[in-house]
Amino acid sequence: MRVTRRYRFAASHRLHSAAFSEEQNRELYGKCSNPYGHGHDYVLEVAAVGPVNDATGQVVHVPTLDRLVSEAVLRDFDHRYLNLDIGEFQDKVPTSENIIRVIEDRLAARWRDAFPGDGPRLEGIRLRETKRNVFELRA
Amino acid sequence: MLLTRRADFSASHVCAQPGLSAEQNREIYGAAANPSGHGHNYVLEVTLEGEADPATGMVYDLKKLKDVIQQTVIDPMDHRFLNHEVPPFDRIVPTTENVAAEIWRRLESHFQSGPARLNNIRLYETEDLYVDYCGTAVEAVP
Repeated sequence: MRVTRRYRFAASHRLHSAAFSEEQNRELYGKCSNPYGHGHDYVLEVAAVGPVNDATGQVVHVPTLDRLVSEAVLRDFDHRYLNLDIGEFQDKVPTSENIIRVIEDRLAARWRDAFPGDGPRLEGIRLRETKRNVFELRA
Repeated sequence: MLLTRRADFSASHVCAQPGLSAEQNREIYGAAANPSGHGHNYVLEVTLEGEADPATGMVYDLKKLKDVIQQTVIDPMDHRFLNHEVPPFDRIVPTTENVAAEIWRRLESHFQSGPARLNNIRLYETEDLYVDYCGTAVEAVP
């Protein structure tokens, strides 16, 4: 059974790569490369999969998941300028593709500490940048 | 082809195991263990899988699907206290996981034969927490 939990964070970013000229950046990223950046209300869905524990009736202890996501992601990302404030984006363009990968890495690195033994498995994550742009990654 | 129908019901529940202390239940279920219960507006999505009939152009009769959901899930659970009024939740904890599995059990028999099979159910307890269940034993955790 899969349990999915939804989280939100508000962050700004700028899509711009030093590897390209200004003109190339503009062509590639459009208004997303405007010099001062812009922001989104991101929606993050984290899916955990596993058997339902007979005693608790639960797949995942949701407060533990909340704490993990908060400490690994939301605390750093929420109300931040990703390009400047998040280490991983110092040398990586914060496209949603790259953001979802960074989030997955961060969750995966702490997952087994939060859910040891035969606890639930991180199945995948979904990142909604706007209501029109949604990205999914299976862990 | 997949076809999904949405329905909703409002119900109350309390999540606690009778064999545990109030402290232990609070640790596992948080505020959901408060003894007098609380409620949610559950949203249920029922997904069927099948091929569109060449004559009718339909995978399944939507009115029939609506009626099955209504009779097996909504009528018995809507505006009820699950623990007190909806078996088996007098015996098992009505977590979202267990409610989803029970809904699957109730719906499954209606789609054993006929044009479409039950593919998945998704049960939202809140907008921010939902369960997907497709009836199969969950894969072993590596």
